[in-house]
Amino acid sequence: MSEIKLMKGNEALAEAAIRAGLQGYFGYPITPQSEVVEYLAREEPKHNYVLLQAESELAAVNMLYGAGGAGARVMTTTSSPGFSLMQEGISYIACAQIPCLFANIVRGGPGLGTIQPSQSDYFQATKGGGHGDYHLIVLAPNSVQEMVDHVYLGFELADKYRSPAMLLSDGAIGQMMEKVQLPDPIEYKPDKPWATTGKKPGQERNFLTSLYIQSEEMEEKNKELQAKFKKIEENEVRFEEYKTNDAEIIIVSFGLSSRISKKSVDMARETGLKVGLFRPITVWPFPANKIADIAARQQVKFFISVEMNSGQMLEDVKLAVNGKKPVYFYGRMGGIIPTPKEILTAVQERSRS
Amino acid sequence: MKEGYNLIYQKPKTLRKKRMHYCPGCFHSTIHKLMMEVVDELGIQEKTIGVCPVGCSVFAYDYMDVDMQEAAHGRAAAVATGIKRMHPDKIVFSYQGDGDLAAIGIAETIHACNRGENFTFIFINNGIYGMTGGQMAPTTLEGQKTTTSPYGRDPKKAGLPLKMCEIVSQFDAVAYVERISCDTPANARKAKRALKKAFEYQIQGLGTTFIEVASNCPSGWKCTPEESLEWLKEKAFPYFPLGVFKKPEEV
Amino acid sequence: MPAKGYVEISVEGCKGCGLCVINCPTDCLALKTSDTNSYGLYYAYMKDEDNCIACQNCAVICPDAAITVYKKAS
Repeated sequence: MSEIKLMKGNEALAEAAIRAGLQGYFGYPITPQSEVVEYLAREEPKHNYVLLQAESELAAVNMLYGAGGAGARVMTTTSSPGFSLMQEGISYIACAQIPCLFANIVRGGPGLGTIQPSQSDYFQATKGGGHGDYHLIVLAPNSVQEMVDHVYLGFELADKYRSPAMLLSDGAIGQMMEKVQLPDPIEYKPDKPWATTGKKPGQERNFLTSLYIQSEEMEEKNKELQAKFKKIEENEVRFEEYKTNDAEIIIVSFGLSSRISKKSVDMARETGLKVGLFRPITVWPFPANKIADIAARQQVKFFISVEMNSGQMLEDVKLAVNGKKPVYFYGRMGGIIPTPKEILTAVQERSRS
Repeated sequence: MKEGYNLIYQKPKTLRKKRMHYCPGCFHSTIHKLMMEVVDELGIQEKTIGVCPVGCSVFAYDYMDVDMQEAAHGRAAAVATGIKRMHPDKIVFSYQGDGDLAAIGIAETIHACNRGENFTFIFINNGIYGMTGGQMAPTTLEGQKTTTSPYGRDPKKAGLPLKMCEIVSQFDAVAYVERISCDTPANARKAKRALKKAFEYQIQGLGTTFIEVASNCPSGWKCTPEESLEWLKEKAFPYFPLGVFKKPEEV
Repeated sequence: MPAKGYVEISVEGCKGCGLCVINCPTDCLALKTSDTNSYGLYYAYMKDEDNCIACQNCAVICPDAAITVYKKAS
């Protein structure tokens, strides 16, 4: 039954996965998300899921491929360096069309980086960190509640499209504690005729592969995948607007920085600046059409992308705005979290120039 | 069929009709055939799920009529772990070459063995990377010439060849380890018995079963199929001896 | 006296590796060097149909499962 609890982001994510009917978790410890594995390990005796701490993220993602390909609801979580290790596996999973859920609790990088939160894996998540033409469905939670909601949504979308989905979260959301409404548990009974569970009598056996050595076949497979991604783009865009109706300045922000930017919007309004916040909830598919509509509004003077990186979502915003209005950027890197005052100052400076 | 005669041997039912692409004389084909004979005899076609590697046997799924998954290079042991953990009642095998199992995939191999994952490894060791044109493998013999060891494998640069049966036998959770070959009808029959035992032990849930095939590569070794058998006898078997390295305790 | 056994070797399935030929204990098999299959390979065939003992060595050693073995009914 659903209940309200005070929970840490990582643990809420784990609890949500259990309630969503998790059948297999294959992961590896890495700060700042090890609590997910630890929580699932503590809870394991009470449930039926398989939990395996793999020998590396590389092994974990391939276990996910196997288990997901055999029809199970599976998930892994990691942080930036671990997510880099998983890219090969993700490319294979995307091509073989295996539904599974990833979560990257992003930390500062590049390299071994820091354990402090960051948003510098946006490119990796949305432009495909792995090789080839594919997309992950990328959800960007900005609260502990959304960590829970997006687990349910991520699993659902992964199954619906037979495609891997991920939560692009960060170390702060993973570590912070908030009140969260936990949903009712699901009794997961999927119908996956394509899964490798043993050849059924009278039917062709199933096999999962990403190898299409004849170029004609590879192109057909790519066309099939592209058609699917197009469908996802048409149907699964999600975003949130805050005080954008009459806004002259639009802050575009996702995840943690959107929480901070919301405060900046209110502070700006108090000084008389008409600022609004546009928050993509799906960063892939990116809500480009909606941003384009907003850009066309006469009163809008400029956009400012606020991110904890060197300017990654900035590029998608620029593409969406398509030259109609200026697009600026404010960000901090290396795990530093900007303050609402900093963002307000940046907005004020731009509005004066 | 001629009158007065009975059929006593034909191609196994679970070996698909598609002509195998392997080079003439290659033991990949032989082992595929023997594996599918075992699947037929044990009646487990509908319970078997295989994982195939990257290497010459990347198309193994075209030849075995069971559910299969293609793994990334080296990752078959992890993929097989995922499948078997979700379906402990199914028969799962991972079919890999020397690069897949002993180079890029060695961490996944070692850890699956250490955890005692209850699936069967079938390791085709021919001391060379056949598919990519004949480069040195972790199991290439000392002095053996390959395209990346054109003057012969030098242990000072490349170490000595890895003996996987000997290595994995060390793990408590590994139940059965045997090295086989298909160079003579007698050895091929022994090989089939070993494969059958491995699957039977898996069905009994005894732990990891590991079958290494001291195999050939006429194309990579630049010789005829017949000559490749000579090489096996003279050079490979002394270093990679055939036989059982570990077996379950007699009940 | 009819042979104890005989084999059928698939012309297109055979790759001409020759392993059956060298492993036949009664030397019944050979590679047909006067002809090739559609893959350009010298396929194996029964050069001597009288001395097959249906030992199945050829079928066991054949990598491509190209050989079918028959034994005389007792």
